[in-house]
Amino acid sequence: MRSPLNIKRGPILLTVILGCLILFPVFSPSPYLIHIITLIFIWSYVSTAWSYMGRFGLVSLGHGAFLGTGAYITALLFNFFNLSPWIGMLIGASGAVFLAAVLGYACFRSGIIGDYFALVTLAVGELVALSIIAMREITGGSLGFTLRSLGNSPLYFQFGSKVYFYYISLLFLLFALYLWKRIDKSKMQKALKAIGEDEVAASSVGINIIRHKMAIFIISAFLTGIGGVLYAQYITYLNPHTLSGVTVSLAIPFKAILGGMFNIWGPAIGTAMIVSLEEYIRVSYGTKFVGVSEVVYGIALITLIIFLPKGLYGTVLEIFHKRQRSAETIT
Amino acid sequence: MLEIEGISAAYGEFRVLHEISLGVRSGETAIAVGPNGAGKTTLLKVISGLLRPSLGKIYFDGQRIDDQETHEIVKLGISLVPEGGRLFPYLTVLDNLKIGAFSKKAREEFRKALDEIFGLFPILKDRKKQLAGSLSGGERQMLAIARSLMSRPKLVMLDEPSSGLAPKIMARVFEFVRRIKSQGYSILMVEQNARKALELADHAYLLESGRLQFHGGAEDFVKNPYIKKAYLGI
Repeated sequence: MRSPLNIKRGPILLTVILGCLILFPVFSPSPYLIHIITLIFIWSYVSTAWSYMGRFGLVSLGHGAFLGTGAYITALLFNFFNLSPWIGMLIGASGAVFLAAVLGYACFRSGIIGDYFALVTLAVGELVALSIIAMREITGGSLGFTLRSLGNSPLYFQFGSKVYFYYISLLFLLFALYLWKRIDKSKMQKALKAIGEDEVAASSVGINIIRHKMAIFIISAFLTGIGGVLYAQYITYLNPHTLSGVTVSLAIPFKAILGGMFNIWGPAIGTAMIVSLEEYIRVSYGTKFVGVSEVVYGIALITLIIFLPKGLYGTVLEIFHKRQRSAETIT
Repeated sequence: MLEIEGISAAYGEFRVLHEISLGVRSGETAIAVGPNGAGKTTLLKVISGLLRPSLGKIYFDGQRIDDQETHEIVKLGISLVPEGGRLFPYLTVLDNLKIGAFSKKAREEFRKALDEIFGLFPILKDRKKQLAGSLSGGERQMLAIARSLMSRPKLVMLDEPSSGLAPKIMARVFEFVRRIKSQGYSILMVEQNARKALELADHAYLLESGRLQFHGGAEDFVKNPYIKKAYLGI
């Protein structure tokens, strides 16, 4: 009963946090804070989806590809054909799934794993960004394009107030966390864990390696595609660099790895830290350091992977558990 | 039970197996011996579907398997104990055994298989909550064999089970193999330690540079002057 994160107190703590998050917009009408927290929800959702596969050793450095595919398909269908993004996002996310299926099958079939998989995905993420830029006539190229504004029309995923986005993205985040739990209880989790540890051993006990890797890749891509739609609908502006380039493709794993991708709360905690820090830097230093974030991401990512593979939250938890255990042995 | 007809295999341009034919009859223990680089491990890889043969056919219980995926071959009843055991070191002994029973059929018979294995290897029962990585060398090999039995195989293939072990422990590992042999499993084992392995053999094969040089009963091997000199040291 020493720890605040005790198993029995866990659900209570969770309910309190969730309650605070739900009530927050009611008591704090500051649109700025609501905006920041909404961003944290959206990117937490995306980095959680990324960690679905990242935690089993399938490190993708190209999730921007799925983010961009989902967002652009959905937004273009809306702008040109007036298709509601609520329906469009399923098509957009299916586009992301198609891309993941082709990419995954090609990689897993030919045994591209580990660092090589990361490199291939990095290239694909950039390829999607370049394709978006190349299709200038419809996508607006590097300049991006703005969603047609319909004012407040919930059926078209547009709202008069940010608060709606706050709750919607919170719901999506909760769904992603719920799915994480579901995966943890499934047979797939055991298979993927075995694959992540040793592919030859996993296949020699009868695990279908390609099928399981494909499955988790596709789930992750689908959710990420939806994440792109969430972000685009919220910001109402699409730009290839914020939705699919190298920058965002690295930013997603960075958030997850910083928080710790092996723990369900890790990606969200990492995201909260990064988004807050970025905001702080933006507010206090303005645009003086544009482009610095990429450099910092790169350096920090390497440092983290080498020294804190479990992430900040994961490492804190580990130290905490160790303390607890040694305290128990003493008493 | 297992019939291999004229198998050739290569890593890229480099040919490792040259038209190998051999068979394992039901309930029999077949041993393939040979020096390093003879293609012994490759042979097992080809049978278990980890490597596609460039030529030849493999039949198991009359069914052709050389074009099947590894997980399907495991389902049909061939399981491989890879060299060094290849356990999942961060999983407990019990979780390693659970993963071994991955296929649907194996999961249904999980309890039965587990009882059988704890009967054969009681130490594993005592160690079931321990991490696999914390076991001793001999126990690890024992767990690797046990894990492969969890898939309810008919044929167990062992890749150099004695490699990297001290002589005393090596003897224990051969004792484990003898135990599963006495349970009626068919076994195909490849080994560098010919003398020890031949004691278990019903039928033996000699592989050299990817070619089958000699085959026969264990006593034919012991009588052959070349093998005596090169592999048995007598």
